[in-house]
Amino acid sequence: MQRWKFFIPAFAFLALAVLLWRGLYLDPQELPSMLIDKPMPAFELTTVEGEQVNNADLPDEMFLLNVWGSYCLPCLVEHPTFMRLAEEGEIPVVGVNYRDRQDLALNWLDDNGDPFAFSILDESGRFGIDLGVYGAPETYLVDGNGVIRYRHVSVLDETVWQEEFLPAIEELRAEGGS
Amino acid sequence: MRMSLSRFLPRRRGLLLILLTASFCLSLFSLPAAAQVDTFQFDTPEQQERFRRLSNELRCPMCQNTNLTGSTGGVAEDLRREVHRMIMEGWTDEEIEQFMFERYGDFIFYRPRLRPETILLWFGPLIFLIIGGLVAWSVWRRASSDQDEVAELDEAEQARLRELLDKQS
Repeated sequence: MQRWKFFIPAFAFLALAVLLWRGLYLDPQELPSMLIDKPMPAFELTTVEGEQVNNADLPDEMFLLNVWGSYCLPCLVEHPTFMRLAEEGEIPVVGVNYRDRQDLALNWLDDNGDPFAFSILDESGRFGIDLGVYGAPETYLVDGNGVIRYRHVSVLDETVWQEEFLPAIEELRAEGGS
Repeated sequence: MRMSLSRFLPRRRGLLLILLTASFCLSLFSLPAAAQVDTFQFDTPEQQERFRRLSNELRCPMCQNTNLTGSTGGVAEDLRREVHRMIMEGWTDEEIEQFMFERYGDFIFYRPRLRPETILLWFGPLIFLIIGGLVAWSVWRRASSDQDEVAELDEAEQARLRELLDKQS
């Protein structure tokens, strides 16, 4: 009987323990998006202000697509970050007003400020389904060719911006994405 | 007159016990959360049956632990509406499932598709069962072969054994 065989159960236990330990710290809300590296879904909608928009109106440089709603409290938490990004001209931000009412959305932008180049009005949530959205807030990073490259679920505050978005943007710039 | 505490407590404890038992028994009869009621119209009972089956097998992406039928979430409401629309427009089940997969991935299915990414999910339990079976079989085989073995000692060992036994007694 070889000696090492005695240690197999201990190794098996250790491997399982490490696996389950890691599992404890996974965020079940962080679902992989199906749209990474796929083009933005086609849309033909209006803005919150009532103007016609489609894919051709999207910025032709890298931009953020932020899913928000006036009912959404976490959106207020991340709002100052988008205001700063817009004011400093760091990156254009396009909004998707998701499952909201137009009048409430307009009031919200009046009260809190409007960091968005424009906000796509998606009252029915149908455009949200094409994006694979499951609730505001969510933010997508879209490159200059209109391809979705990164997705963040829940609040995008300064920490998330520094630690997740800036490196992702750097990487895309290095690739020559835009 | 003051009631003695020691006499009072056991009776209270009995009452507490009865209440706990009663509430436990009641909880056995509690109904599961009611399904969401939408007023969808169908042309045929078959369409309605397909709708019910699909909404039961698709998971709500937001709430994660309920299917579309049982979820109050906004996105679940939208997805139920989409499933209804697609059924009425004559989509097949496969087309509807593909539509959901393209947007929400494997997560949307309570019964994930068999793909390279989901092989471990499908066959993991079987693999563990086989490993466990092999371990149990080898342990059992060793145990039964040990029983048949007769310990044989050579001359020197016999002498040493006798010496030890003598020392004991």
